Amino acid sequence: MTDTVTPISTRVVHGPDRPGTPALEARSLTKHFKVHGGLGRGAGTVHAVEDVSLALPRGTVTAVVGESGSGKSTLARLLTQLIAPTGGELLLDGEPVRGDARSRRAYTSRVHLVLQDPFSSLNAVHTVRYHLERPLKLHAGRRLSREELDARVLALLERVSLTPAESYVDKYPHELSGGQRQRVAIARGLAVEPEVLLADEPVSMLDVSIRLGVLNLLDELREREQLAILYVTHDIASARYLADSIVVMYAGQIVESGDAVRVTDAPAHPYTQLLLSAAPDPERVEAPVLRGRGAPPSLVSPPSGCRFHPRCPFAMPVCSEQAPPTLPARDASSARHVAACWLLDPEQASDESRIDAAAEPPAQAAPSGRSAGPA
Amino acid sequence: MSPVLRPRLPRRAGGGRSRLLRTPKVAVGSLILLFFVLLALFGPMVAPHSTDWRASRLDNVPHPPSGRFWLGTDVQQHDLFSQLLAGGRDTLLIAFVAGIIATVLSVLVGVSAGYLGGRADEVLSILTNIFLALPGLLILMVVMKMMPDGDTGNPLLIGAVIALSAWAWGARVLRAQTLALRNQDYVESARVVGEGRVRIILFEILPNLLPILASSFIFTVIYGIGAYASLSWLGLINPTNASWGTMLNTAQQFSATTSGTWWWYGPPALCVAFVGIALALLNFGIDEIVNPRMRSTRRGPGGRRGPRFQLGLTPVVRAEEGIRS
Repeated sequence: MTDTVTPISTRVVHGPDRPGTPALEARSLTKHFKVHGGLGRGAGTVHAVEDVSLALPRGTVTAVVGESGSGKSTLARLLTQLIAPTGGELLLDGEPVRGDARSRRAYTSRVHLVLQDPFSSLNAVHTVRYHLERPLKLHAGRRLSREELDARVLALLERVSLTPAESYVDKYPHELSGGQRQRVAIARGLAVEPEVLLADEPVSMLDVSIRLGVLNLLDELREREQLAILYVTHDIASARYLADSIVVMYAGQIVESGDAVRVTDAPAHPYTQLLLSAAPDPERVEAPVLRGRGAPPSLVSPPSGCRFHPRCPFAMPVCSEQAPPTLPARDASSARHVAACWLLDPEQASDESRIDAAAEPPAQAAPSGRSAGPA
Repeated sequence: MSPVLRPRLPRRAGGGRSRLLRTPKVAVGSLILLFFVLLALFGPMVAPHSTDWRASRLDNVPHPPSGRFWLGTDVQQHDLFSQLLAGGRDTLLIAFVAGIIATVLSVLVGVSAGYLGGRADEVLSILTNIFLALPGLLILMVVMKMMPDGDTGNPLLIGAVIALSAWAWGARVLRAQTLALRNQDYVESARVVGEGRVRIILFEILPNLLPILASSFIFTVIYGIGAYASLSWLGLINPTNASWGTMLNTAQQFSATTSGTWWWYGPPALCVAFVGIALALLNFGIDEIVNPRMRSTRRGPGGRRGPRFQLGLTPVVRAEEGIRS
């Protein structure tokens, strides 16, 4: 087993920097799944999420980006306590979260998860009204009268811009379009009145034309309700549009995090550069040159050292031997922009030409951000 | 409820009911079943004679159907028509008791195994597999043999014993389907909202299992009728009990099949077959209603005009309709 928990990365807490206690904080969250081997194969462990520390302050949107299988969704499920972590702890408002049934119930009233697929996240046998009433009844703490319930259900539908609410409340999910269903799913999340809203790829299954509506809805929730929002996506462009800060995950680890504009304009980690070069850009004239190669690594036996080194165009000998520490990015202006890459270590990357190669923009997104210069 | 919505709800409910009956299989199936249910309820009352009434103690030649005995008599001069009318009650009662008990058992075992997983799943699955592997009729014979004579006539008890040999199949199917459903996003969403385990099973998973439950129930009822008929035919049921099965049993004992007395074994056998057909038709009909794809093929050419039922198309049409009104 290559359990490479670097002592340095445990000290770095990713996510937006805001004063005060964050609404939800994860400390060294780790999730390993046991897999049963078939005939002739031994059992193994999937290292789905490895040593993730993340703070979600109120009134911010944190985007988690990464390719499929990078552990984004597992992270979201860990944060909702849908699955129990192998290691690490969760702090809600600075208080450690306990696992017993009672505190779990309390936890569900403060943290909510909106799932990716609006076609399966609503039960086909229940009406919109049922979906919205259940969380209200569960978390009201007292018996609500029929009128009160109705009024609150209608108010919820109005809040997610499903108007006139009366015409939606008694519909079944199959009578709604994908965007409308996702709004119902978000409205259910709001019915819980959470402090933290986790959205697991909330727009990836939606038509492009309604994506913006859902993104703007999340934006409104951040501004108006001061929610702490975790926005899991593989679309780095929408992350830049919506998020305050971006966390890039690769093979279960956070490889880079920082201010959304910073990360997208001046990516410090080769993987982030690869992600950005793969994102479509209408202003780009030439075909993108994908500098990375290969496929996501096996999470059962992750590569030694830096997990990205087999695909990294700048891999050095040290990359395959030792996991990189999380280091501040080259643009010294923002202390919160960090990346786990040996290229950022002055001792390892003393070769000047290599630094230039690394800093060269793979996408022609914003060359100005890259001229901040090496430290 | 707002006044806007009032006209919609009855329309939806009405549409569902008429759709159910518009399916010819369901209509025919329920008609036949209704006939036999009425027969079971009122048959013994309208029967001209009691089941052990004998026309004559001297005659020992079975008489063919006549004006006096509509379905003829057997060797002992019992009126077969009266026996047929009276025999439906026990048969159907036993079959439905078996169906209900077996369905409840299979839900308890199958859904729990599927939803809980882990150790509970292993234990319950082993139990299910054992009952699946044991030949059902053999269990029935052993259990019935062990029972005191007085109890082999009790319909509820016989139903329970038949259920014991019939629940495993349903449990297995329900477990598989629950396994598929429990990782559905809506179940996860319910957990995120804070629903309890029992509530999730009863309100999120079980409604989605209804089509399977319905078919498993109907299959068990069919099986129950067959099993009861076979048990009586094998002579394991108290023969003083009037039922189609015991009629077949006595007919077989007096070798009615070889002596050409078709009126003796034919009617009860046909009754058993028709109840089975009615239930099978109902089952197919329910399948069609639940599964939209099957419905669309049925309504294909020559069917009603209008848009064909397609997944993914309908919600858009309905949504627009909702906005306009």
